[in-house]
Amino acid sequence: MAELMIEQLTKRFDGTEVLKGLSLEIQEDEFVAVLGPSGSGKSTLFHLIGGLYEPDAGAILLGGKNINGQKGSVSYMPQSPSLLPWRTVLDNVLLGAEIAGRKDQQAAVQMMEKAGLAGYEQSYPHQLSGGMKQRAAFIRSLLSPQPLILLDEPFSALDEFTRSEMQQWLLDIWQHNKRSILFVTHNIEEALFLADRILVLSEKPASVVAEFKVGFARPRSENITLTEEFLQYKKDIYKVLKKGTGE
Amino acid sequence: MVLILLLILWQVLVPLFEVPDWLLPTPYQIGLEAINSWPNYSGHLFATVRLSILGFFIGSLIGLGVAMILHLVPKLRETFYPLLILSQNIPIIVLAPLLVIWFGFGLLPKLIIIILVCFFPITIAALDGFRQTSGELLHYMKMAGANRRQVFWKLEWPHAMPSIFSGMKIAATYSVMGAVISEWLGAQEGIGVYMTLASSSFRTTQVFVAILLIMCLSMLFFAAIVLLEKRVIRWKTSGGGNPNG
Repeated sequence: MAELMIEQLTKRFDGTEVLKGLSLEIQEDEFVAVLGPSGSGKSTLFHLIGGLYEPDAGAILLGGKNINGQKGSVSYMPQSPSLLPWRTVLDNVLLGAEIAGRKDQQAAVQMMEKAGLAGYEQSYPHQLSGGMKQRAAFIRSLLSPQPLILLDEPFSALDEFTRSEMQQWLLDIWQHNKRSILFVTHNIEEALFLADRILVLSEKPASVVAEFKVGFARPRSENITLTEEFLQYKKDIYKVLKKGTGE
Repeated sequence: MVLILLLILWQVLVPLFEVPDWLLPTPYQIGLEAINSWPNYSGHLFATVRLSILGFFIGSLIGLGVAMILHLVPKLRETFYPLLILSQNIPIIVLAPLLVIWFGFGLLPKLIIIILVCFFPITIAALDGFRQTSGELLHYMKMAGANRRQVFWKLEWPHAMPSIFSGMKIAATYSVMGAVISEWLGAQEGIGVYMTLASSSFRTTQVFVAILLIMCLSMLFFAAIVLLEKRVIRWKTSGGGNPNG
């Protein structure tokens, strides 16, 4: 049984279709990346899953339950860390769980330790570096009780070094704390390195035009990005993306 | 520095131009009077302090309450915001005699005057603080499933804290002014009374002492709020509260 199942999702804004008949599913503990040109309705898709909008047609099922327009069903990590500046890092990573009404301070401290944030529990967000803020933001979504985490281009604002470091970090921590993940990005290499499966979106109105199963064994290391296979994937995906944008 | 220079100039020029004492006393005379007649006015001073603090507290509570209601019910906000601004165009000094007609000479009309001058800066500051909540953080809270109450208490309220403190600083200094005005209307004691008595008998030095007291009191209240702010808002970075920074 799939964790998340999206069936024929359609959303219009002022008459323009942003999503049209978009279907996808994510299995339990699966890492799925969604690739799409910018402005392809990726954030609309997230807002629909997050329950901020009601779809015009179609259904979003989480664990078999319809969550159309229901807020708080999934955990979320935005593009910017969005930590509350007046809270300590510990209180910040607990925020998601707190909103859901279940917080476990001890688990949070342990998780921070594993995530390389030990000793920063009582610091404030402005004292952290960009990468550390994103770590805190991801831990916050991991500590939320929801079974699915949405990641919205979480590393796009980081520099190249921090970014690849963060990707490796994300895989490591996910390996030990499995969840279903839907990861939106416009970076092909990032999607290839992280995901089990890659879905490619078309331009507006968006729907899934291609699917790639990424066969690299886990745990993965950066070395795979240099293999022939990786390059071949990259070419294939690039071709589909180009066709999708009509270039 | 400028203040000291000004005082010296004042001290030198008054005897030079032979200005009589009842018109303009020198700073030295005022200082002397302030020290010597302490037993005469200390009762007045404490009465005003009590009145301003009480008025300030009630005014702040009402100010915050009004801001919260207007913020949480946008319909009310649209209706009452212009009214709120309009109410501030009525000079308090004009309103004061009316309040005496309605409520007599007791504590109530005095408190109402202080509340009226205090609540407005706090309400406006709090409303602006609530409204200026970072859209990014609001978006996260909504995506995380926060309900209206959680958004308010976990995000908007702490976010508005610095603004609320700005409003409170203004209100704290206003409260002293409000208290003195209210005492002019008729009170048993208070700096306002002391001032009226002094001016009606041309004891100009005492009038200046009263002014000095009002200034000191206002500054003291202001400092108290600044101190409180430092204790409450420890997270503030020197570069402001940028959520990404």
